[in-house]
Amino acid sequence: MAANLRFTVGAVIVAALVLLAARLIDNQYAYFAGYVVLQYIVLATAWNILGGYTGYVNFGTAAFFAIGAYGTVVLHKTTSLPLPVMIAIGGVLSGFVGLGMGYLTLRLRGTFFSIATLAMAVVVQTLITNWDFVGGSRGAYVIRPQKSPILGGNYIEYLFLLMLVLSVIAVVVARAIQHSRLGLGFASIRDDEGAAETSGVPTLRLKLIATVLSGGFMGMAGAPLPYYVTYLDPASGFSLSYAVNTIAMPLIGGTSSWLGPVIGAVLLGTLQQVATVTISSALSLLIVGVLLVLFVVAAPRGIVGWFQR
Amino acid sequence: MTETLLDVEKVSKRFGGFVALNDITLRVGRGERLGLIGPNGSGKSTLVNCICGTLRNETGVVTFNGQRLDGLPAHRRTRLGLARSFQLPRPFHTMTLTENVQVPILYAAQSRGHQGPTALRAGANALLDMVGLAEKAGKRPADLTQIEMRKLELAKAMASDPQMLIADEVMAGLSHREVDEILALLMKLNEAGVTFIMIEHIMRAVLAFSQRLVVLVAGRKIADGLPQEVIRDDDVVAAYLGR
Repeated sequence: MAANLRFTVGAVIVAALVLLAARLIDNQYAYFAGYVVLQYIVLATAWNILGGYTGYVNFGTAAFFAIGAYGTVVLHKTTSLPLPVMIAIGGVLSGFVGLGMGYLTLRLRGTFFSIATLAMAVVVQTLITNWDFVGGSRGAYVIRPQKSPILGGNYIEYLFLLMLVLSVIAVVVARAIQHSRLGLGFASIRDDEGAAETSGVPTLRLKLIATVLSGGFMGMAGAPLPYYVTYLDPASGFSLSYAVNTIAMPLIGGTSSWLGPVIGAVLLGTLQQVATVTISSALSLLIVGVLLVLFVVAAPRGIVGWFQR
Repeated sequence: MTETLLDVEKVSKRFGGFVALNDITLRVGRGERLGLIGPNGSGKSTLVNCICGTLRNETGVVTFNGQRLDGLPAHRRTRLGLARSFQLPRPFHTMTLTENVQVPILYAAQSRGHQGPTALRAGANALLDMVGLAEKAGKRPADLTQIEMRKLELAKAMASDPQMLIADEVMAGLSHREVDEILALLMKLNEAGVTFIMIEHIMRAVLAFSQRLVVLVAGRKIADGLPQEVIRDDDVVAAYLGR
């Protein structure tokens, strides 16, 4: 417990330094780029709770992410709730979808589970595309306020701050799980589900907890998206690059601990942002592909695994 | 016989058209050491899987410690005090030995909070010490030898603080001396109050260990009695050697 508290304090200090650095750079673009990197820290960490800890590879990131985003679109049109509340609602929504998906698919193992999650993403995208209220295939416009409601500055600074807070929460939760009874249960499922069940581990319940947490965080990461892009359509909300990046980042960083997804997201996310500005935006996915192949060959356990033993 | 701990009543299991278990009835008393033998494919492991909840039997009832187990998932049965070891050891390979043993301690033994017949709640290291693996507590299963792997499998089964342990071929592939070592360990556990079902092909070990012997052939129970009498039974001899 004390260790978790110490870690939380450390994470908050790191986040404060990141915010300070962004303020010193004092360039709007730094906030726009930083937001994406932070968003990927949340996504990769969330993916790793299911994919890294319990070993269930989820290709459906985009669905959870977009449910959070479209939840915000609906709330924006119908209410005037503050954004943090919308983020919380987006998380709950996606968490419930995670629970439902878990019940339907968690009896499948390995590749079959992954295919089912991919199918779910397609189903959700089809539903959203045909839902006129959120703009259907035309997309929805969200007018972003000019000013940040706290700490002054532009609204993008507020979005950056929210995502920073969210990433601290996600990382702290992921680390706490890793060192808990729950984390040990998750790891036993990853290693041998049958033996875990025989050891008294309620495997189905634990897997459902993992999908709810994982889906919930993905939804929260997606909830501020409409305010960030101001125009959201199904093609961008469900972009395959979310699913690909979210899997690639933990794999490159290392899936066995909380640190792997963070390293992967910072490394890959920053690299993509730099490449987008300096070379071309189409190149960023190529970078992911090349790095993924390199790591699978040279360091299958990721950067963190490279340093352990 | 003393009080019945495990009561298997007319259990049958089919795989498609193949009858793997046919009306098996079996009682095991508390503290007993039962040997379960039979040729390959006779249904021994299927029976274990039906008792432990890995498979569902179509008909029949399994009662453990007075409680019917119908439909209970495997982890609930483990928590009730019914542990098993696997024929091929199935360790958690990314964990240290200590963590391997902690999983059942945390999820099975502590979830009940009941005082089992064995005073083994002192923790993972006490368990590893019992099976002689204390020095390797920080290592991973990949660093273990065959017999050490079997010992870890036993330590994991014991970590759930069971009243009954079903040992599925824990001695297969071990040398003469190693078999004796495991046997001594099982006897020690039995003296501490654990009831045993031992499935084994090594006749020397089964005969030395069992108080009673049950023989399965082609999904049927063909003999049940004192070991020395059972192995002279004509049907049993025929099943193993042919007529």
